[in-house]
Amino acid sequence: MKVLVIAEHDGKSLRAASLSCLTFAQQVAQATEGTVSWLVLGSQATGVAAEAAKFAPVLLVESSRLARPMADSCAAAIANVAKNHNVNLIAAASTSFSKDVLPRAAALLGGAMASDIVRHEVTAEGLLFDSPQYAGAVTATVQLLGSPQVVSVRSSAYPAATPAAAPFGIEAIAMEDATLASRCEFVELKTKQNSRPDVTEARIVVSGGRALRNSADFEGLVGKLADVMGGAAGSSRALVDAGIAPNELQVGQTGKIVAPELYVALGISGAVQHLAGMKNSRTIVAINSDPDAPIFDVADLGLVGDVYEVVPQLIERLQSR
Amino acid sequence: MKILVPTKRVPDTDQKIVASDDGSRVNVEHIPFIINPFDAIALEEAVRIGEQRGDVEVVAVGIGGEGYEQPLRTALAMGAQRAVHVRCDESLDPWNVARLLQAVVLRETPQLVIMGKQAVDDDANQTGQFLAALLGWPQATFASRVVVEGDRLTVDRETDHGIETVRLPLPAVVTADLRLNEPRYASMAGIMKARKKPLDVIAVGDLPVAIEPRLRVISYRSAESRKRGERVKSVDELLDRLTQPGAALHKRG
Repeated sequence: MKVLVIAEHDGKSLRAASLSCLTFAQQVAQATEGTVSWLVLGSQATGVAAEAAKFAPVLLVESSRLARPMADSCAAAIANVAKNHNVNLIAAASTSFSKDVLPRAAALLGGAMASDIVRHEVTAEGLLFDSPQYAGAVTATVQLLGSPQVVSVRSSAYPAATPAAAPFGIEAIAMEDATLASRCEFVELKTKQNSRPDVTEARIVVSGGRALRNSADFEGLVGKLADVMGGAAGSSRALVDAGIAPNELQVGQTGKIVAPELYVALGISGAVQHLAGMKNSRTIVAINSDPDAPIFDVADLGLVGDVYEVVPQLIERLQSR
Repeated sequence: MKILVPTKRVPDTDQKIVASDDGSRVNVEHIPFIINPFDAIALEEAVRIGEQRGDVEVVAVGIGGEGYEQPLRTALAMGAQRAVHVRCDESLDPWNVARLLQAVVLRETPQLVIMGKQAVDDDANQTGQFLAALLGWPQATFASRVVVEGDRLTVDRETDHGIETVRLPLPAVVTADLRLNEPRYASMAGIMKARKKPLDVIAVGDLPVAIEPRLRVISYRSAESRKRGERVKSVDELLDRLTQPGAALHKRG
């Protein structure tokens, strides 16, 4: 199969999730005696293309129209490249970027798409994908009918690809401005400056739930413990809804899906929608004052206690190690 | 202005959902069905836009079998003026739902389609974007704020990196995220009124769309439940366990 992986980047560097998606693509290509290429879209993306080329050959579409990744222009570019290069499978990491862009591209290419895949299998009848449904309560094994097939890949399900001994080539593709025109106009991006890693990319995630009473406590307990552990800070939906934690920290069915080595749940009760976002973590630690909280059903290590008492002790002990 | 709100009927996922023993389906017989929560948010937003502007007709659309009348009546009770039920007894993948919605849009000619960003049964997060592409309309997904000004929309979008604000012309497709609003409960008066509001039924065969499956489910299985771990009694015991060789906080090297 000819596999195209959409490289997600911020204009400077590749997102780690894209490297996990590349591993998926390489596995499929290897099993089907196929090939893998990146597709890098951007306005000044030669640096990103060079970084991507350490892992796989790159197709690069550069245009000032792609300065912001708008769904209509990105989808048109993806569909254009897929058609001209006879691509059989298009993959991108499951992120808010690809959730916006990829289905639109799939629709321009016939509508065969599977979301959030966590496993694949190459069979005589073709590719099969596992796709979680019902907030992760059920996994469906699905087959796509039609070509090209389009999949978003949960990055926590595949390890990051490693660079090759020597870099691959970069092929620039010229595309007409009319193809890349967007009817969406970017106004602004409001982001909290955050020195911590993103929850989807960290080895350790410390998350806070309803027990945290305000933003200062969230920062002082959840944020501080994350810093001491060298990890990312996350949040349950309740705290985001209450305005205590910023939206982009939310872990769960409708937020981000994470599977770090260590997930520490502080004062999180463990609603099914939250569990859907973190239950594949290697080790789960739960600290909660309610001994019957459902989070203890999935935790490897549980400590019944008030996070306001337990977490400062944890921080102190870890700092004095 | 006309706003179309596609609404999916889904099993209440706060209930325990498991696959059937033979893996052929998901057991939902004993589970109450509700309007997909994200579609309820979309409907609320459409009704609010109508309340602010006064010149808005909100049309709820459902595609499916017999049970669809109930969520559409709920949509009417929440404030939609009219509902359209595309009667279809076979199960549909997002692609074919989007194509049928496209046909409904061409009949109804709304200026705006607002729908949930995903349905909480298949969690696909595809249909809105599919529909926008099929119509050739701009899209604003994962909306947490929608402002209509003349023939333009300003939408705040929830992204991995923060809140992105975009401006786009109508007609457009918007998909609703969790924090767009809190949907109202249908009042008793609303429920009474809803009984008299028009609910048109269209047979799927009367729309110019031939169903062409793109996604075939081979089997379902319930998620493996995680083994319940153990309780530790103190912070010291917890740290001992986490810093053992092989554990996540063990110092390497």
